Amino acid sequence: MIVAAFPQFFAPYDPLAMDYVNLLAPPSAAHPFGTDNFGRDVLSRVLHAYTIDMQIALFATLFPFLFGTTVGAIVGYVGGATEAMFGRVVDAVITFPFLVLVIAIVSVLGPGLMNMYIAIGVVGWVFYARIVAAEVKVQKRLDYADAGRAMGYTHARIIFRHLLPNAITPAVVYWMTDMALAILLGSSLGYLGLGAQPPAAEWGVQIADGKNFMATAWWISVFPGIAIVITGLGFSLLGDGLAELLRGRR
Amino acid sequence: MAEALLSAIDVSKDFAIPRSLLQWARREPPAAVHALNGVSLDVQRGETLGIVGESGCGKSTLARCLVRLLDCDDGRVVYDGTDIATLSGAERRRFNARVQMIFQDPYSSLNPRMSVRQILSEALRVHRMRPPGEIDARVAELLDTVRLPPDAADRHPHAFSGGQRQRIGIARALAVEPEVLVADELVSALDVSVQAQVVNLLLELQDRLSLTVVFVAHDLRLVRHISHRVAVMYLGKVVEVAPTERLFRDPRHPYTQALLAAAPEIDPGRRTHRAAARGELPSPINLPSGCLFRTRCPHAFDRCRSEVPTLTPRGPVHVAACHLDHPEPTE
Repeated sequence: MIVAAFPQFFAPYDPLAMDYVNLLAPPSAAHPFGTDNFGRDVLSRVLHAYTIDMQIALFATLFPFLFGTTVGAIVGYVGGATEAMFGRVVDAVITFPFLVLVIAIVSVLGPGLMNMYIAIGVVGWVFYARIVAAEVKVQKRLDYADAGRAMGYTHARIIFRHLLPNAITPAVVYWMTDMALAILLGSSLGYLGLGAQPPAAEWGVQIADGKNFMATAWWISVFPGIAIVITGLGFSLLGDGLAELLRGRR
Repeated sequence: MAEALLSAIDVSKDFAIPRSLLQWARREPPAAVHALNGVSLDVQRGETLGIVGESGCGKSTLARCLVRLLDCDDGRVVYDGTDIATLSGAERRRFNARVQMIFQDPYSSLNPRMSVRQILSEALRVHRMRPPGEIDARVAELLDTVRLPPDAADRHPHAFSGGQRQRIGIARALAVEPEVLVADELVSALDVSVQAQVVNLLLELQDRLSLTVVFVAHDLRLVRHISHRVAVMYLGKVVEVAPTERLFRDPRHPYTQALLAAAPEIDPGRRTHRAAARGELPSPINLPSGCLFRTRCPHAFDRCRSEVPTLTPRGPVHVAACHLDHPEPTE
C-alpha cells in the first residue's frame, strides 16, 4: 500500500507512455506485469490506478457517511412521524438494487468520476442513516440521555455530543466495508465506461481494456483484478480492526 | 405549615399503548397505562421526603415529572411558586440547575465515552457555574466532595464500580449547585455494603449544603433511616403521608399497613407467613372504580366501590386517603 501511495517514485514507467515495440508483451523482467495492447506497462498502470481508486473509495463514501450519520442521529432522536417518513424513504431506496440505481443516475448525469460521486452520494447516505438511527434509538433510552436533559442541555448537544459518539461505531465499520464496495462499484462503472474515463489508469477501466485479449494476454485484466481484491480485503480487515478498537474503549 | 418548595398538584400521567390495526378497525378506544392518577404532594425546604411503594406504582414517573423529564398530562408541578410547565429557554435551564436528578442505574446514567472530567466540566460550562480558568479546580473540589480520588477525573466510567459511579452521578448533579435533589432508587442497584456508604454520603451532603431531597425507593428500612417524612404511593396515587416515625408506628391506610407488615422481619420469632395484602396489583390499564386499593383491601365496603377517598388529616401533619379513620391492622 505504501508503495502504491506514491506511484511516481516506484512505477518503472509512465502509465500513459506507449511502447509500440512491446505490444501485449507477457510478464518479463522489464515489464513484471506485462504490457497492454498499447504497449503500456501494466505494473505502472496498476500502481497509478491506486491513487484514483483510493480517491473513489474516499470521496464516494465521505458524503454518504457524514450526511447519513447526521440525518440518522436526528431521525433516531426525534422518532415519531419523522422516523416513520424516513422509514418509507429507506424502503423506497433499498427496493432498487444499488448498482442499478447508481447506473441510472449516472446515465442521466453523464459519465465521469464527479457524476459517479454524486450518484453514489444520493443513494448511499440512506444506509448510514438507517444504521445510526437504529443505534441512536437504543442509546436515547439510556439514563445518560435523560441526565443530559435534566441538566437542561440543548437537543443538539445531547444528539451530537452524547448520543452520536456512542452510536457511531457500526457506521464507521460499515464505512470501511463501504470503501471496499465503492472501489468495486467504481471499477464496475469504469468497466461499463460510466466512471473514470480512458486513458486514465483505473482498475475497472483496465480490466475492461483487457477483456478482448483475455485468451492471449490474461495479464492485462488479472493484475488489476488482484489489486482490487487485495485492497478490498485490506479495507475489510481495517474495518474489523477498527471495530475492535472502538469497542475496546467502552 | 411553611410554604412548599416543590409541589405536585393533582398530577396525572398516562402512557398511550399503540393500537394494533385490528383494534383500530374495531374502533376500540385507545388504551393507556395510567401511571399517575392525581398525585398531590408537597416537598418542604430542607427536608428529606421518602416516596415508597411497590414496583409499578408510579414512583419513578413521579420523580421524572418533578424534574420535568416528563410533562404531566393533567395537574401541575410547582417549584418556588411557578408552574414548571410554563418555563422555557433560559428560565427552564435555571430550573434544571435548581432541581437535579440522580438516576437509578449507575451503569447507564453516565456517558461511557466521556471522562469524569468531561462529564463534570460540561455541566459547569453549560450553566456557567465557574469562569473557564476555575473549572479544573471545581472538578477536583466536586470529586473531593463525593470522596473520589483526584486522579478519578481523567478516567472513563467503566473504570469505576457501581458505588463509585453513583457518586460520580451525585457529583454531576451537585456541579450545578441545586437546591433539590430527586434521587430515583439511588442505591437499589448497589450491593448492600456499598448502599450505606452512598446513603450516608447523601445525608452528609444534605446537611452541609442544606439540600432538599426527594428519595424514591422501595426499601422501607432505608427510607425510614433517612427520611423526615414518607409518602406512600399505590397505583399512581399518594395514599398516605406522615412524618417517618409516626408512619411506621401508626400507619392509617390499609395499604401502608400491608406494606409494613410485608417487610421482612429479622427476628424469627416475629415472622409471619400471612400475606398482608390479598391478590395481585391491579393492571394500571384498567383501574378499579372508587378507591384503587379496594380490590385488595381487607376492610373494603360498598362506599369504597363508588367513592374515591381523598387525603384527609389523621393528625397535625399526617394525611391518608381512606374512608375509615383508623382501620385496624389485620394481624
